[in-house]
Amino acid sequence: MDTNPRDDFNLMIAGEAGQGLATFGELVVKALVRSGYYIVVTQSYHSRIRGGHNTFAVRLSTEPISTSRDALDLLVAMNSDGVRLHHDELAEDGIALADEKLDAEGARLVKVPFGDLAPGKFANTAGLGVVAALIGLDQALVDDLVQEQFGKKHPETADSNRTALENGYAWGREHLPRAGKRVKPATRSSTPRLALNGNQAIALGALSAGVRFVSFYPMTPSTSIPLTLIAAADKMGVAFEQAEDEIAAINMAIGASFTGAPAMVATSGGGFALMVEGISLAAMTETPVVIAVAQRPGPATGLPTRTEQGDLELVLHAGHGEFPRALYAPGSVEQCFHLTREAFLTAEASQGPVFILTDQFLADSFRAVDPLEVEGLETVPVPVDAQPVALPYRRYEVTDSGVSPRLLPGFSEHLVQADSDEHDEQGHITEDHGVRIAQVDKRLRKLDVIQERVIPPDASGDPNPDLLLVCWGSAKGAVEDAAAQMRAQGHSVGTLHFSQVWPLVPEQFVPALEGAKRVICCEGNAMGQFARLIRRETGFHIADTVLRYDGLPLTPEYILERCCTT
Amino acid sequence: MPTIDDFGSFETAWCPGCGNFQLLEAVKQALVASNIAPHEVLFVSGIGQAAKAPQYLNCNYFNGLHGRGLPVATGAKLANPALRVIYESGDGCTYGEGGNHFLAAARRNIGITALVHDNRVYGLTKGQASPTSQQGFETKAQPHGVFSQPFNAVQVAVAMRAGFVGRGFTGHTDHLADLIAQAIAHPGFALVDIFQPCPSFNKLNNYAWFKNNTYMLGDEHNPDDWEAAMKLASAMDEQIPLGVIFRNDRPAFESQFATADGKPHFTKQVETAALREVMGKYA
Ligand SMILES: Cc1ncc(C[n+]2csc(CCOP(=O)(O)OP(=O)(O)O)c2C)c(N)n1
Repeated sequence: MDTNPRDDFNLMIAGEAGQGLATFGELVVKALVRSGYYIVVTQSYHSRIRGGHNTFAVRLSTEPISTSRDALDLLVAMNSDGVRLHHDELAEDGIALADEKLDAEGARLVKVPFGDLAPGKFANTAGLGVVAALIGLDQALVDDLVQEQFGKKHPETADSNRTALENGYAWGREHLPRAGKRVKPATRSSTPRLALNGNQAIALGALSAGVRFVSFYPMTPSTSIPLTLIAAADKMGVAFEQAEDEIAAINMAIGASFTGAPAMVATSGGGFALMVEGISLAAMTETPVVIAVAQRPGPATGLPTRTEQGDLELVLHAGHGEFPRALYAPGSVEQCFHLTREAFLTAEASQGPVFILTDQFLADSFRAVDPLEVEGLETVPVPVDAQPVALPYRRYEVTDSGVSPRLLPGFSEHLVQADSDEHDEQGHITEDHGVRIAQVDKRLRKLDVIQERVIPPDASGDPNPDLLLVCWGSAKGAVEDAAAQMRAQGHSVGTLHFSQVWPLVPEQFVPALEGAKRVICCEGNAMGQFARLIRRETGFHIADTVLRYDGLPLTPEYILERCCTT
Repeated sequence: MPTIDDFGSFETAWCPGCGNFQLLEAVKQALVASNIAPHEVLFVSGIGQAAKAPQYLNCNYFNGLHGRGLPVATGAKLANPALRVIYESGDGCTYGEGGNHFLAAARRNIGITALVHDNRVYGLTKGQASPTSQQGFETKAQPHGVFSQPFNAVQVAVAMRAGFVGRGFTGHTDHLADLIAQAIAHPGFALVDIFQPCPSFNKLNNYAWFKNNTYMLGDEHNPDDWEAAMKLASAMDEQIPLGVIFRNDRPAFESQFATADGKPHFTKQVETAALREVMGKYA
């Protein structure tokens, strides 16, 4: 057994919903990121508020990482189920920690006398101390963090938290085998990184692009997008409302956007299904709107708290009638930020609905993110000033680009008239067949506006490889990691990740598909939806797939096992 | 000062004898009386014969989906509280397909004027029962007559303590215009449910029926008295009062945000310093 400090360490906190596990996990995450580690968090939970079994896993590394690992170096069990259910996931030299009062047994299980370390209320702080001592985090840094988190709201707890942390550290250093010697220390960066999950990054991206309105109806795993926006709303000037249902949410966003506010909604599959008529309305009235769909397994209520990439076809086809759209599918937390910005700009440029497809895995996955540049970022150009327009003003003037001059109601004497019925250039209801054709063609010409902005897929690894792994959205990290492991074993492997899944521009990727000896599409769904889409659009048939639809995210181990046998 | 002519006159898709013609005239009169020019108002509607009304008016309009006008109007008002927003649609659109939105708008007390054409039938789809159809009303879809209890929108709005609740009748255009002007002047959610005969599809509740079964409220009713309003609002089939049923000064939804200054956020620049501060919380 190699007992030298390693670059990489994998820990899991397991317990019951309602035990403050996520709060504890987020504290560990912040301590690690401040200490300079890169992280990937995988959260898994049942939708029951109390009593369900939850896990919060953090892989940390001194080097950039983009995916989780299965084998655990440390298991922190907050109840006896935590030990029972996860003990066999321990690596060869991994250890498990549990309160000595718990009824739990197992090899390399270390029992911690939490009752002696701190009174119950401060047990999590003592726990943080024990974990931090094992990893070898700087105590002053962790102490600052704890004071910051609890001290502001409850100054009277400052001393108790400090003592609990000290006791945790002291106990850990004394009793844990190889405490502080398991992981290499990380280098703290001069500009501190952010600890962000995918949904927070979507919200920050929206704020940076100038979002001014958000409406939503709560639905896991999308809710933290609006909640992040609302937390910043007063400071950033964002109007918001929890709508009576998803139908109201999308229609409110359309109303807000028509009036001038860059607007977004966030939902998951079932809620999105309710929004579908509204998507068509945004297209017909040519109203920009950004729709974030955080996928979870369906059909119907499915597995509410798990992950899947099963709604690509739903979102691609949602809305009756024919109209252009763009679908972004971020593969990392950074991409959540940047592609949300892109979504807002594309929505305004093409005056219609634009989608962001994420999923529970990415939504909840915290990562260490290099500080996001906020200076000089482009924001959505809101047409507040009545631009010079041809008179009489016609909201749906037929133009070469298909994009008509957009004015805002009440900002000039020009009347802005929008209609969900087919309409003439003015916006008046019509049944004239010639006008109908002109307006359909005008709307569809905007596909070129979207196409010009398409983000090409990202290639990594060997060019013209023996094996090309194709993926989209949140599968990026796992697929690229699996490919790297195969290359390390001497295989010729490349990857192709799509962070925009519609429209597809065949010239951007068909040569890469044709240049590989074998192509496998890796997706988090049962029907290989993206492989089918590529075949439909290009004729290229990706015969082999690695599909996962048990509710868990794709991992390198999962892909490697199946790539090598299919 | 805007004039009636500023709002234009258009060819319509309404049947001869439809109450919508008087309703449109009353709306124009109310706008003129309220000193609102065409570009100073946004009309939001759904789908139906009633919902076409804004098309026959020089104004900003958003003619949305069946049932979904109120959320569009709500989003518009939240995004730009300075904009005057008037919602206009039918009883089917507002109380049927959009019923949940109607309840929510009344509860919020969002600053929207809602003009509901109540002809007690689905006009555009040619004569099926609407939520306000009387029990026993026979249609091809309800050949044995309507079984369900009609929806009493006025009483529900009073129960929800909507800011302003009134009822008008297209047979009394001047009275209706005055009622609409009062609704427009009210800062919260203002419902005017408007009896509008449909000569093509509702032979039961025709012009004479509405005339014979309604009366004008006088000074004896105090619209600030919630209990009296609830009682008055219970009339559905006879002795139905016309006028201001209920009024209260509950603050408008949009005025309660900490940042509310009556101006839209979207006219301001994104503040880099504020954004940096927001991001700093995640370090
Ligand atoms: C989602 C949807 N369902 C059904 C329709 C068909 N539809 C159009 S108007 C209408 C009812 C109209 O009744 P009402 O709102 O009372 O207006 P009126 O025509 O009587 O003025 C229906 C059912 C539609 N346009 N959209």
